[in-house]
Amino acid sequence: MSEPESDLLQKEYWDLKYITGPLVFLSNGGRFPTGAILDLTLENGQVRQGQVLEATTTHAVVQILQGTQGIDIKGTAVSLRDEAAKMACSVDVIGRRFNGTGIPIDGLAPIVADEEREIGGSAINPVSRDKPNDFIETGVSAIDGFNTLVRGQKLPVFSGSGLPANELANMIVQQSRVRGDDEEFVVIFASMGLTAREADYFLRSFEEGGQGSRVVAFMNKADDPAIERLFAPRCALTVAEYLAFEKGYQVLVVLTDMTSYCETLRQISSAREEIPGRRGYPGYMYTDLSTIYERAGRIVGKKGSITQIPILTMPDDDITHPIPDLTGYITEGQIVLGRGLHRQGVFPPVDILPCLSRLMNNGIGKGRTQPWHREWANQLYASYARGRDVRKLMAIVGEDALTEIDKNYLRFAINFEKFMVGQGERRRDIDGTFELGWKLMGLLPRQELTRIKRETVEQFYKETTNADFH
Amino acid sequence: MQGPIIGKLSRISGPMIAADGMLGVGMGEIVRVGKMGLMGEVIRIDGETVYAQVYEDTSGMYLGEPVESLGTPLSVELGPGLLGMTYDGIQRPLITLQKSSGDFIARGLTAEPLDYVRKWAWTPTVKVGDSVTTGDFLGNVPETEFLKHYVMVPPNISGKIASIAGTGEYNIHETIATLDNGTQLTMTHKWPVKRPRPFRRKLPAVTPFITGQRVLDMLFPVVLGGSAIVPGGFGAGKTVVEQQISKFCNADIIVYVGCGERGNEMADVLDEFPHLTDPKTGGPLMNRTILVVNTSNMPVAAREASVYTGITLAEYYRDQGYDVAMMADSTSRWAEALREISSRLEEMPGEEGYPTYLSARLADFYERTGRIECLSTVNDTQAMRHGSLTLVGAVSPAGGDFSEPVTQNSMRVSGGFWALDAKLAYSRHYPSVNWNQSYSLYFKELQPWFRENAPKGWPERRQQAVDLLQKDTELQEIVQLVGPDALQDQERLILEISRMIKEVFLQQNAYSDDDAYSSLEKTGGLLEALMIFYEESQQAVQKGVHLTTILRHPSREEVARLREINSNGFMTKQKVVVDQVKAAMQGLIAAAV
Ligand SMILES: Nc1ncnc2c1ncn2[C@@H]1O[C@H](COP(=O)(O)OP(=O)(O)OP(=O)(O)O)[C@@H](O)[C@H]1O
Ligand SMILES: [Mg+2]
Repeated sequence: MSEPESDLLQKEYWDLKYITGPLVFLSNGGRFPTGAILDLTLENGQVRQGQVLEATTTHAVVQILQGTQGIDIKGTAVSLRDEAAKMACSVDVIGRRFNGTGIPIDGLAPIVADEEREIGGSAINPVSRDKPNDFIETGVSAIDGFNTLVRGQKLPVFSGSGLPANELANMIVQQSRVRGDDEEFVVIFASMGLTAREADYFLRSFEEGGQGSRVVAFMNKADDPAIERLFAPRCALTVAEYLAFEKGYQVLVVLTDMTSYCETLRQISSAREEIPGRRGYPGYMYTDLSTIYERAGRIVGKKGSITQIPILTMPDDDITHPIPDLTGYITEGQIVLGRGLHRQGVFPPVDILPCLSRLMNNGIGKGRTQPWHREWANQLYASYARGRDVRKLMAIVGEDALTEIDKNYLRFAINFEKFMVGQGERRRDIDGTFELGWKLMGLLPRQELTRIKRETVEQFYKETTNADFH
Repeated sequence: MQGPIIGKLSRISGPMIAADGMLGVGMGEIVRVGKMGLMGEVIRIDGETVYAQVYEDTSGMYLGEPVESLGTPLSVELGPGLLGMTYDGIQRPLITLQKSSGDFIARGLTAEPLDYVRKWAWTPTVKVGDSVTTGDFLGNVPETEFLKHYVMVPPNISGKIASIAGTGEYNIHETIATLDNGTQLTMTHKWPVKRPRPFRRKLPAVTPFITGQRVLDMLFPVVLGGSAIVPGGFGAGKTVVEQQISKFCNADIIVYVGCGERGNEMADVLDEFPHLTDPKTGGPLMNRTILVVNTSNMPVAAREASVYTGITLAEYYRDQGYDVAMMADSTSRWAEALREISSRLEEMPGEEGYPTYLSARLADFYERTGRIECLSTVNDTQAMRHGSLTLVGAVSPAGGDFSEPVTQNSMRVSGGFWALDAKLAYSRHYPSVNWNQSYSLYFKELQPWFRENAPKGWPERRQQAVDLLQKDTELQEIVQLVGPDALQDQERLILEISRMIKEVFLQQNAYSDDDAYSSLEKTGGLLEALMIFYEESQQAVQKGVHLTTILRHPSREEVARLREINSNGFMTKQKVVVDQVKAAMQGLIAAAV
């Protein structure tokens, strides 16, 4: 958020008439434009910020960023700080730490803005978008082999409480490479409602991994004002757009935890007494989330890119909950963590069946990974799905009632989870992933592999047995 | 006529505004809001106050700013030059917006929908003294290499031709005809998007809307002039279905509306379509396509406009006698926009917060599809012509649950139900059309066509496959209780054949060079090969051949791999494989006895 323009004497009003939850109502709706940022000066001299959400002739609705505790109607003065919420952009933000509204909290000098940008952003013209197609090798087999990430994609991690989403995200941040490329990249990290421990984990890992100087962090922790959570991702993406499309950086934006973000959205909506949509979340949550997630991508003729990895916690591990549901409807796929795998000690516990990368096909294939990458992945996917069905069946009818071929699939699925998915913390490059995939396919009879071209099967297929994996 | 009505902004609430002092403004009229002149549409009138939904972001405006009525409803401009264009929801060409505001869309921009400089090679088809009325062709221009754009007498106009421009080059604003009553006609006219364009009458549908997707063409075919909905949770494959259909279907013109979806998907279409060929003409696919794009992060009110803009453009080409198909991805985002605006108006909500008029709006919209007899003077020179408008609407149900209002209400007014299934998608069974849940109400009407025009035995083979899949569903229930080993070989054979039907026939990879499109011949031929394999193995099992022996036989893989053969030359290979299967099974039988 920009500094107030102190040289201009701002006109003050004593307009407050009603306070509820995070909202303050002013008795005159006509003084400020919608979206404007206001300063509220309390009697004790403390200053808080608010944003105008709605204006009518009888009142204006203002959401207070730092909460309404302690604000009283009589002694609080309101003045205009800025016509819109803005963020100071400059390459000097790299390596710096801000609060959720973009004010530095690292004790260093304020940012000298090269440009002040409204954090709401505007939509990229669809005809200006360039096709994202640079393969990012994350070193995670479940992603690289089956749900490939490409530059400019938005690929969220759907987690459950207690599942190691942060560790996976960190692994991606630390280990990602784009082959044959040494372009400048920056990690932008927006934390929304993280516990101090989680937030520290990230910052420490960045330091240890040597990314510290290439990270821009927007920190809103669990005990920070909730409304600022609505600003943190927008500040982060404003900086991201500036760095990517003005300065040519490859930007990776990690947004966590989107569940906290959505809860704040719900809180505001209920304070405004809006008609709730599913499970109390506002009906416009899809639209609101899209104004965050759609700010990823590439632009024709520009060098930089914005890749987004939002992380969210599925309440009750329920993928149909509005938060993962609406996210999945906007993002370009999802990486889903599974509790069952986590319990078995598989790390990263990626449940690949519900995972998807919609841009995978742009990033793989001839000249990028392998010409047969897609078929290879489809075959392994289908075989794993079948193996899982067999496992379910076995739980009911017992192993003896299975056919020979079913038993093959069962063995395949078990080893797939254990070795392909459960790679541990070590990086595995894409060639290692491919090799392991072929080895796993060796557990199935050759004629089962009909999703792969015959020539390819002939070239790579080698029968294997369970013993080859131990 | 009085001057424009100018009022004052009295409320700003997200995409909805109110303005006072607007007495005399009508429902549905377009207003310019605030100093930026943002475009909006009047959706409620209360005394001298009007409420409008605004097609652009309203932040930064002050109460008291002017609101001006333009006195006209939201309309589109119709004429040559629409094909190949990419518009936003209110028919502004995105390329023009890019020129004026760069890579990010600014507010308050205006842009001409059609190129008014470009000259078109005009050929008149009427002469001075001819009586003409709505829908009559005045002449035509080659809009693309393969498509004649017929310039028609606009609705509600008739008279005698007083003058007509001779063969030559004209732009869209030059007068090409004058009527005896003084009316001057150009190659374009405007039409309000929320009013269906007139036609003489609806006709029964007779020909299928062929999609090149096996599961749809064989099991759940829709007619030209029909409608289908594609409901499915996120990632189930709705967009891919819409895009595949746009590429391969047998319509003359495609209007593709991206309503509240992703920017990258539109970029994909723009990247791909110009390089693909139109299966009907061999020209670039983009030349038969109009894109209307209002991505999720673009203003929510314009989503509603985008589907109406799209369908009006589609009707316009239908009126010229073409078969037009409109893809709407996703109609749920439009419904959500209605819900959002309705909630700002504090209307009494219906189910799940949607306005109570949701079902009426959807019904009116789907009613704009159909095969029609176009308006025109029917005499010796003006023959009767038919056009059709087919609609495929994606539906994005919350939580993937089809019991929600948008799916239910759309189902009631459309004839095809192509239900996508998350579980199939998870195992990479694409298109994830669930064969038990989906249906088409058109199948009966289409029987005669398929019998006459599709490969021989089409309806019988289809029935055979449907029966097998049905039997499979029943057997799977038993398997889930006692395991597959408890079944007889004949029954296990049914399970295996059904698995093959699913894997080889129903699945179709959109990214495969040779299988993304399946001609009717291939679709019929592939199913035939599978059924012959079934019949032959059934016999073999009867004669005592072990099921495992059959399943391990290389001829099974040959049948499975038939899918990889391109539609061109498919039948040649199919015949070879079918013979192989027959010989193989006879061999196995001979060895067994
Ligand atoms: N026929 C197909 N062949 C191959 N892959 C497919 C096919 N259909 C879908 N897919 C895969 O599934 C992914 C998701 O499909 P799609 O984008 O069409 O889903 P959707 O239903 O439109 O989802 P959303 O509602 O989130 O937009 C695609 O990116 C592609 O990887
Ligand atoms: Mg889609």
